[in-house]
Amino acid sequence: MPPPTHSTDQLIAALAASAAPVRRLRPPMIRALFWLIAVAAVAAVILPFFADMTILSAHLQDWKYRIEMAATLLTGIAAVVAAFHLSLPDRSTAWAWLPVPFLALWLGSSGYNCWRDWIETGAHGWQFGESAVCFGVIVGFSIPLGAAQLIVLARAKPMMPGRVAAMGGLGIAGIAAFFLAFNHAPDASFLDLGWHAVAVGLVVAVTSAVGRLRT
Amino acid sequence: MASDHDAVTEQNWSRWMAAAQDGDRAAYERLLRDIVPFLRAVVSRFHRAPDRREDVVQDILLTVHRVRQTYDPSRPFTHWLATLARRRAIDALRRSGRTDKAEIFDEFAYETFSDPAANKELEAYESDPGLQSAIAGLPEGQREAIELLKLRELSLVEASALSGKSVSALKVNVHRAIKSLRLRLKGE
Repeated sequence: MPPPTHSTDQLIAALAASAAPVRRLRPPMIRALFWLIAVAAVAAVILPFFADMTILSAHLQDWKYRIEMAATLLTGIAAVVAAFHLSLPDRSTAWAWLPVPFLALWLGSSGYNCWRDWIETGAHGWQFGESAVCFGVIVGFSIPLGAAQLIVLARAKPMMPGRVAAMGGLGIAGIAAFFLAFNHAPDASFLDLGWHAVAVGLVVAVTSAVGRLRT
Repeated sequence: MASDHDAVTEQNWSRWMAAAQDGDRAAYERLLRDIVPFLRAVVSRFHRAPDRREDVVQDILLTVHRVRQTYDPSRPFTHWLATLARRRAIDALRRSGRTDKAEIFDEFAYETFSDPAANKELEAYESDPGLQSAIAGLPEGQREAIELLKLRELSLVEASALSGKSVSALKVNVHRAIKSLRLRLKGE
């Protein structure tokens, strides 16, 4: 076994001399759970002021919208759980696949609802619905959630910060889209869907870029 | 036998890292020294040049230090370390690929001056293929002496320090080199 070279030897001595005790990170599933509980607690305070019960009850009466709402929430939860796992060096990169089925369900159900709306109402399907509101709500919710999440994820000093932050960004965009359903008319146009996609893409891109800079 | 050794090593590394997380510097130093050969073996699969390999090993040691709070003592340490080492080695490979693509090596770049007159001698040498090939055909010691003393115009003391040869050996070599160059160029 060859001994470390002179400079490696010096580096080891310097690292050992400066090694202060560190607090071990909790298992990623626990950390993700704590984070989601914190978001739920904040949402419990904010949503009563934000929610429109007439819209929400209309949503909940239609099983297709119930599926869409569940898909957005599950995409958010799955992506947050995946981000906490991916932030650690020894966890499988296969965690990145966790939100994919829910994301497919989200896109599929939104697309179907838009298509159904278009069939029923004709040209209205290509008009702007409440696109600006949707965009604002998704981005608006995502900014504080994203900032809080980046701080927590950065504790692991991830080796692929861009990928981890992008996954976290998908998580918060999913959760923000779920919150949107509390205040958003169930009829949606293809352009609304496009704006949803742009908002989610923007959140993922910005969190990924900020994550790369922060860690 | 080997698997017994591996199991003991794994157990020791995991124990030392857990102790290091709690602030045991001696255990941490023992761990870092013990993992260096393992890291060299991982890195050598990606980097062949020994100096670059050592740079990457040091980079991995720094990363281990930076992310040591992410190790969970209930999980295998070797897997944690190997994944981390592979990723850093691949990162270094990508970085070196980008650097190598952007860099060009010009051994005469350092000899070029802003005053055109200062470059005359070098340009004359560069533009004369006969002289270049005659110098290239000299024995190693003579060629080195010509390059250091006549082309780079170093002093005998500087050339001696650079080549590790004595001043008198350089004098003899440059004298012989000029003689043989003269003969060769006259003959052409």
